[in-house]
This record gives sequence, structure tokens and C-alpha cells, in this order.
Amino acid sequence: MFWLVVFLIAVVVFSIFLGRYPKPGLITISQMQDDLLAQRLVLNLRIPRVLTAMLLGASLAAAGGVFQMLFSNPLVDPGFLGVSQGASFGASLCIVFLGGSLWAIEGMAAFFACLALALSYFLARRVKYGGWVLRLVLAGIAVSALFSSGVGLLKYMADPLSQLQAITFWLLGGLSSITWKQFLFILPVVVVSLAVIFGMRWRLNLLSLNDETAFSLGIAPGRERLILLIVAVVATAAVTAVAGLVGWIGLIMPHIARRLFGADTRYMVPGSMLCGAAFAILCDDLARTLLSGEIPLGIITALLGATIFIYLMIRQKIPVRK
Amino acid sequence: MNLERSLIAFHNVSYIYPAGEKPVMEGLNLAINAGTITAVLGPNGAGKTTLLHLALGWLHPSPGQVELYGEPLKNFSRRELGKWIGLVPQSENTPFEYSLLEYVLLGRTPYLAPLAMPEEPDVAIAAEKLDEVGLKGLHSRTMTSISGGERQLVLIARALTQQPKILLLDEPTSHLDLSNKGRLVQLLRQLQARGVTIIFTTHEPDVASALATHMVLMRKGEILKTGTSSEVMTGENLSALYNMPIQVKKLDGKHVVIWDEKVN
Repeated sequence: MFWLVVFLIAVVVFSIFLGRYPKPGLITISQMQDDLLAQRLVLNLRIPRVLTAMLLGASLAAAGGVFQMLFSNPLVDPGFLGVSQGASFGASLCIVFLGGSLWAIEGMAAFFACLALALSYFLARRVKYGGWVLRLVLAGIAVSALFSSGVGLLKYMADPLSQLQAITFWLLGGLSSITWKQFLFILPVVVVSLAVIFGMRWRLNLLSLNDETAFSLGIAPGRERLILLIVAVVATAAVTAVAGLVGWIGLIMPHIARRLFGADTRYMVPGSMLCGAAFAILCDDLARTLLSGEIPLGIITALLGATIFIYLMIRQKIPVRK
Repeated sequence: MNLERSLIAFHNVSYIYPAGEKPVMEGLNLAINAGTITAVLGPNGAGKTTLLHLALGWLHPSPGQVELYGEPLKNFSRRELGKWIGLVPQSENTPFEYSLLEYVLLGRTPYLAPLAMPEEPDVAIAAEKLDEVGLKGLHSRTMTSISGGERQLVLIARALTQQPKILLLDEPTSHLDLSNKGRLVQLLRQLQARGVTIIFTTHEPDVASALATHMVLMRKGEILKTGTSSEVMTGENLSALYNMPIQVKKLDGKHVVIWDEKVN
């Protein structure tokens, strides 16, 4: 774990110096001293961007780990209860009808993410058959489908020259527009959410058990599940609002953390946060340096995430309940 | 039967599941004394598991009351109950690759403050309990790689790690082969000798009679018969319980159950 922290710090420092200005590669200290533009670039764009990527990765990975434990299913991620589709719908709605103001997009995405969660939750309570997890899964699928059809409709209605591009870029995810403003906007929410998840990490183990068993071990399964579910969704909604849809981190990072530190959430949770943070920063490095134009971050994480997933599947490291 | 002196007492307990239409249990009275081993027998759907969940404090009777040493269960905090009563569920699967030691360590939770982590002494207790149930040398095996019988032993070890005074087991022998059954009977007897009160449900009358000091025969949410094992363990009672011809013979001081496949 100590070495992972060191690795993350190294990744942060490396990424701050990495870029395509003045030429592709690492910027040197002397260039920074001579070139005012380089200084501004590093201070006002690269540092907040790298730090936001760190929060993004840590939040998605921690939320993914929490979801996997709460639903006792290793193949679940924060998009599971309609949260991602809800956020997409909110952002698209905002782009089409309220203009593309960043704050409005962020607010609407967060609002609809929470709405989607609430809808999934109440729908699941109304379903008359199956266990609680199955009902939540079904409700999540239905709510996701509703919002994604909404997104489809909005894309159809959008002005193809301006709005459609904005929606598409948001749906693909990326950090190209991040400044200190966005970073500071999500910082408090993310820090509080991650602190709650970190603090409750031992009890998270017990929340993957049956309710009555968790109760017999002295905890309040219903209440503690709800707390963790809310903070995981809030953290996801916050980072999604500024970065757009970035997939796969929440699904894959907990598995890598389990490989490194075991299944015990005492170690898996911080391990996921660190792995997720480093992974998101490195993916974003690729997104902004690989080509002269920006590649959407969601494409890179999906490409690398799916590759890792296939590797893990073939090596049978993801145990699936029969 | 003296209800005031009992360890666990059910007073006129009824229970209806939130989605259910008719109560699974109505007006049930039962007293369990400290230091006994009670077997709960009955056909599927008789309310055996409900009885355990009521004794655990997980389900609340309505109306009626379940008491621990004369004090209603709902007056105890969750953590207090966690130190008093351990539950071994019928089955439990985890898709995550916990080591057996990590999994058993979860039993220390009632002793930990809300945000505290287990420490060395907790790990030592968990390791000791794993050895006690016969899983010595398997501490770092993963939960996903062991057999159903071993998993049941792990669940028992986890409940023992709670160091409970009352142990509730839901069909503890259902996944065990004969030698593991024997080991379990031995283990539970040792616990009884150390003052732990045990209540378990089972579908196996022979296990019940080998182990239990007392028996409760349940049918459709009602108690058909209760008393010491030798009183209750008769062909007549079992025949009435399962609604089929059953004989109980004594052989070398043990009860042998002979049943006929013809259902009445």
C-alpha cells in the first residue's frame, strides 16, 4: 500500500510535466522559468486537470467497490442503478434547452443522477417478486433504458452543428475543460464522500452478507447500506458532472485492488482509490498527449478497461456466482 | 416450565411477514433454559427459521415478546445482542475471494467501535476458532475454493468468534458428510460444557437425538410438542409431526429412526 501511494505521487508529478507544449514530451524546469505561457499552462491547466483526474479515478473506483459489496456482486459498477444514464440525460437536456453553461450542466447531471437512483430505488420497492438485489437490478435496467431513450431523443432534437457535438463529447467523457474552478467545485463533495467510505471500510465487508447475518454481527444493515449507497452515488455524480461519462474504472479497479490486497475491504477500498486515481491520471495523459487533438477520456478508459477485463476473465480471476 | 428463570422466553409470540397474508406464527410460548441444547424439528415451512430470527432479535413479534433473561430483546443494542447471540445461517455464499481467516474475523465486529478495525487479539481469536472447528492449516485458503461442508464450518467458526453465550444454528448439518457431522456434534457438546446455550433447527431426527437435551416439534407455526429429548423422541410424536409412519427404536442407548415412504 505504501508503494502504491509513492507510485501515485510519482504519477501525479510525472503527469504535470508531461504534455505537448512546447513539444510533445516532458517539460523541463528551465523551460518553465523562461516561458511565461508554459508556467501558466502548468499552473492553471495541467495541475488542476491532473488533480481532477485523481479525484475522478479515486471516486469511481471507490464507488465501484462499494456497489460491488452492497450488491454482493463483483460485476457491478456505479452505472448500475441508472446513475450514469440519469447524469447523461441531465447533461444532454441542459445542452439542448438551457445552453451549454458548465455550471448548469453539472447541476443538471448531478440532479438527474440522484433522480435516477431514487427512481430505481422506489421502483425496486414496488416490484412484487424476487430478492432485493434482483429487484434493484431490474429497476436499474429499466430506469437506465428510460433515460438512455431520453438521451437518444435529445440527440435527435439537438442542433447537429453545435449541441450534438457538445452532447457527444460529454457522453464520451473528458477533462479538457477542467480548470481550478471545476476542481474546487467537486473537491469538498468528493473528499467528504471518500472519507465516509474510507471510515466505514471494515463494515463494508459485512454489508455484502445477508441482512440477518449482518444484523447478528451487531450492525444496522439497512441504514449503513443506505449511507454508503448515497455517498457513492453523490461522489459519482459530482465527478461525472465535470468529466462526463467515464466508464470501466469503477468496475475494474476494485478487482485489481483485490488481486493486490485481498478481498477484505479494509485494504481493498483504499487500494481501489489509489489504483483508480493512478489509472485515471495515466489514461488522461494518453488522452491529451497521444494525438495532436484530444481523445475523449472515456474511449481510453473503455479500451484499457475492457482489455484488462478480458485478461481477468480469461485468467478466471473474477469469480461469478453460479 | 418457569418462564421467569429462562434464558430465552417467547411470550405469546405471533409473527406475520410484511408481504404475507396470514401469520406464520401465532401465540407461541416457549422457554429455553441456560446450558441446554435445543433441537427444533418440523416440516418445511413450519416456521423454524422464523423462530431463530425472532430469538436473534432480527424479527420483532407482533404481538408478543421475546425476552433474554427477562428483558425484552428490543431493549438491547445491536452490539450487545451481537455479543450475546451468534447466528450460523443455513448457507451463505460470497463471490469475493476472502481468506478463511479474514472471513471468520468478521465475527469480531460486535466488539469493535463503529469505525474501529480489528487488531491482533481479534485475529488471534479468529485463528483459534478456525482451528477449533477443524480447519487448522487452511487459514489462507479462499472462501471461493472450499467445499460446502467446509464453508459451513467456517460459518460456525465466525459465530464462535463472536464468543456468544447463545448460538443459533439453522440446519447446521445439511451440507456435512458423516464425519463432519460427528465433528460438529462433538464441537457443540464441548460448547455446551463451557456454558453456551444452543438452539438449532434440523431435518435429521437422528442428529437431533444424538445432540439435543431438549426438543421442539413445530408444525404450521405452532408447537406440537416440547420437552426433553427422551420425552419427545417417540414414533408417535414424529409420525404426527411429519404426517407419515415413523418408528423410533432404541439401539445401544441411541434412538434410531425408521420411516416408511408411504405418506398418510
